[in-house]
Amino acid sequence: MAGSAAAAGGHLVNGARRAGFMVLAVIGAAALAGPLLATNDPVTQFREHILAPPMVPRLVDAEGRWHLRPFVYPLRVVDRLERRFAEDHERPVPLGLFVRGRLVAPLDAKAGPWLPLGADRLGRDGWARLVVGARRSLGVALVACLGALVLGVAIGVAAGYAGGVVDLAAMRVAEFVLVLPMLYVVLAARATLPPTIPPSMLFTLMTVALALLGWPVVARGVRAIVAREALQEFAVAARAMGASPARVVWHHLAPATWGFVRTQGLQLLPGAILAETTLSFAGLGFAPDAPSWGTLLYDAADIGVLHDAPWLLAAAGAVIAVVFAINLASLSIDPRRDPR
Amino acid sequence: MWRFLVARACFLIALVVAASSAMVAVTSLAPGDVTTERRLEGANADQLARERIRLGLDRPVTARIADWIGNAARLDFGTSFRYGQPVLALVTTRATNSLMLAGSALALALLIAVPCGLISGSGRFPRLAGVVGALSLALLSLPPLLVALMLTVVAVRTGWAPAGGMQSAGADEWALGDRLIDLAHHLLVPVLALGLPLAATLERLQQAAVAEGTTARHVLATSARGVGLGRWLWRALWRPTAAPFASVVGLAAGTLLSGSLAVELVTAWPGLGRLMFEALATRDVPLAAGCGAAAAAFLAFWTTLGDVVAWWLDPRLRPGATS
Repeated sequence: MAGSAAAAGGHLVNGARRAGFMVLAVIGAAALAGPLLATNDPVTQFREHILAPPMVPRLVDAEGRWHLRPFVYPLRVVDRLERRFAEDHERPVPLGLFVRGRLVAPLDAKAGPWLPLGADRLGRDGWARLVVGARRSLGVALVACLGALVLGVAIGVAAGYAGGVVDLAAMRVAEFVLVLPMLYVVLAARATLPPTIPPSMLFTLMTVALALLGWPVVARGVRAIVAREALQEFAVAARAMGASPARVVWHHLAPATWGFVRTQGLQLLPGAILAETTLSFAGLGFAPDAPSWGTLLYDAADIGVLHDAPWLLAAAGAVIAVVFAINLASLSIDPRRDPR
Repeated sequence: MWRFLVARACFLIALVVAASSAMVAVTSLAPGDVTTERRLEGANADQLARERIRLGLDRPVTARIADWIGNAARLDFGTSFRYGQPVLALVTTRATNSLMLAGSALALALLIAVPCGLISGSGRFPRLAGVVGALSLALLSLPPLLVALMLTVVAVRTGWAPAGGMQSAGADEWALGDRLIDLAHHLLVPVLALGLPLAATLERLQQAAVAEGTTARHVLATSARGVGLGRWLWRALWRPTAAPFASVVGLAAGTLLSGSLAVELVTAWPGLGRLMFEALATRDVPLAAGCGAAAAAFLAFWTTLGDVVAWWLDPRLRPGATS
């Protein structure tokens, strides 16, 4: 009976992991296709739609009739001061596929903007900013992770293979970096630079900083695996046959670490995404004209505004969805969770 | 033990010196300084030059770092450029606030994590373990920054907690009891935001430690002897995991500090993180150095505390123990 319960748990874990990978694939594809999916230009300000609520695409109109083509009701300002909007039921705006270089957009360009996730304080399209920002946020995190992995593997292999002083020094440094509060360090480093720097430069700096803070966990694990593998007969034999250290490391020792490196990469991602988000949230990341998820949250961080416009928190939902999917994807059927 | 503590004290001093020197260097090398604002207000070049000399901003960075260390050794941490108050007083108040937040969050996290980890790790409650596992997975995906943002919105919309800050306006004149209740009310959102994700992390660690312990001989023996479930869980299973768990909690100090910074920014909690953020932004050199020193001291102290608690909990770690 315990066996069947464990087997059921295994299926559940496998399903959850697959679902996680699927969500990640969808979000990754959306980030790649950003400009195509965006319903408007992410920096255009629609003065008539400041803090407009989301415009839901419909199939059923106000009278209860079904339509084959999805449509939206345009928004009309009712009260400019209180920012109240009403749907204009007289003029439904039909949506079409591949209109003016967008995947989905209103067929009639003059019918006003379609804002699927509402607009922010400056009347900018929340959905457009979200999908365009995805590329920047996920890009920083992905490149930073790859950097941390490369650095961690290099240092870990060197420490595990060379041993002695190199090993000792590398591991002390790793332990030191490991206890550092990531945000404090990034914040201090960011403070040395001018308040506004070009997005491309910021991208580079942020990835370098996050890679420099992320490598220790990888290095420690790789070092342990390499040190263990170096004592195995095949490694000793390779060395005895005169293989160069580089060959021994690359062909005989490093392959044993790939599984570990893969899981570590997945586990580093959430931290990197959050670091970008927090930094931009603090106003030290990407500028409003180069939106990232953190920038979106920075724009939203006004309780008075959020109270009436909770859709500004869409970026928070996106971050949580990605992190949750990553956590699902990195689930393993942990043998220690198994009662036996 | 004493040798260990002395070594840790040396480490603490080294870390504090390194962190604060780094802060002096960072704020000094950064473009602009505190006088930039004065220039914008229309001060002339002569006034600015005199102000810079008064604040010591005309001297090379190395000399400023040396000065800072020399003065700090005499417990003189300087005066904040911006607030005009002694750095020591400013940093202590703010650090106390941060410590209150971090301490409450950790307490909440431990209260949740230890029993839950025990339940899911022991293998005795498979159904409950599944629920705990799913919950901790969900909580693990909710970073403090976003939880704080969302809870604040919920709090403002429903009014069950204040939107931010540490006390209500005019609370200084209230009776002590009312002030404490007011404080607890303000603590609610930041502590939940910081504590819940931490609880999930700690639950994972506790669960793994307990699960590993289930195969130990004494655990099997106690179980075979028919010891009651509660006693078996706490005495046989949990007790041996407590010491390594305490050292791991010590290592979470960095996470706690980073998380606390994010939460302080959202909920306007007047803590160390926000003070450092402001100090860096306004190029307030002494204040930034003081904040760096306080953060480093917190880090070193917390990790040491973890090890000391581990040593106190587990006699096997003490010198002279045979095992």
